[in-house]
Amino acid sequence: MKVWTVIILGGAITFLLRFSMLWLFGKIEIPNLVKRALRFIPAAALSALVFPAFFYQDGVFSMTLDNERFWAGMVAAVVAWYGKNILLTLAVGMGALYLFRWIWS
Amino acid sequence: MLSAKASFWLGVKDVSPLIFGILPFALISGIAAIEIKLSIPEAIGMASIVFAGASQMAALQLIKEGSPILIIVLTIAIVNLRFLMYSASLAVHFQKLPLAWKVLIGYTMTDQAYVLPISKFEQTDQIIKHWYSIGVGATMWTTWQLGSIIGIFLTGAIPEEWSLGFAIPLTFLALLTPAVRDKPTVLAALSAGVVAVAGHGLPNKLGLMLAAFIGIGIGMWAEMRNK
Repeated sequence: MKVWTVIILGGAITFLLRFSMLWLFGKIEIPNLVKRALRFIPAAALSALVFPAFFYQDGVFSMTLDNERFWAGMVAAVVAWYGKNILLTLAVGMGALYLFRWIWS
Repeated sequence: MLSAKASFWLGVKDVSPLIFGILPFALISGIAAIEIKLSIPEAIGMASIVFAGASQMAALQLIKEGSPILIIVLTIAIVNLRFLMYSASLAVHFQKLPLAWKVLIGYTMTDQAYVLPISKFEQTDQIIKHWYSIGVGATMWTTWQLGSIIGIFLTGAIPEEWSLGFAIPLTFLALLTPAVRDKPTVLAALSAGVVAVAGHGLPNKLGLMLAAFIGIGIGMWAEMRNK
């Protein structure tokens, strides 16, 4: 019962977050400051999802050699930046993870 | 100008490489749901009703820890607050659409179904925007549901050592680089990343929101200084 309550309330709030501005746009005036903020959303939001995953290993901050996630992440970042190819980024990132783990094991 | 059908299929084509990142993510969320002792209908319900991977994983963690409903729902809201920003950013393109279309585009909105269309709209005006968006959104939705269901029934069959979870940040990384185009966006991304790492230990994923807001603030500040 508790799980269904979470699913339905969580789902309803998530839908409203996604739908609200599509619906309200034009009906309310969006301040200039907000408009200028919009273009930074993907850079800031995605980066906040990516960084912790590379710098933390089993919940502990680590930039040492044996944090293969950090090094694989750096390799993948270089490939993502220059390659501009999503599939290549994924393949090289996973490959680097396995490689570094193998080297340092 | 592309037709509705061609716009839709262009969206499907553009998002298709991302399937390789989303599928492991969906698999993991399905596996995690069953491991945390959700029933099969509950696990499927979560994938289709919430349909937002990062928040689903956070919610599962809190359900496992026995957190109160209010905290879990609030956490889902906080992790998904970025959709509010995406919604505001996309709204200008879809202002004239009928309500049913807005509901559909809203429901299928994801990081991918935001970043790909918004980048495409800047490059070309030769597509029908809502058909392109729904091409991306429908592909994402189908992949997520199929992957979740496979995960639900695969529980225990995929070895931990495969580290499929690492495909999740890699997917976000692949979406991040096209969004970083000039000095202000680079600064926004770097500052958000640093704050997210520093605030990782904060409760209820607060570090994530804090990081996004600070990143946006730094980006706007850098843009102002450039002028």
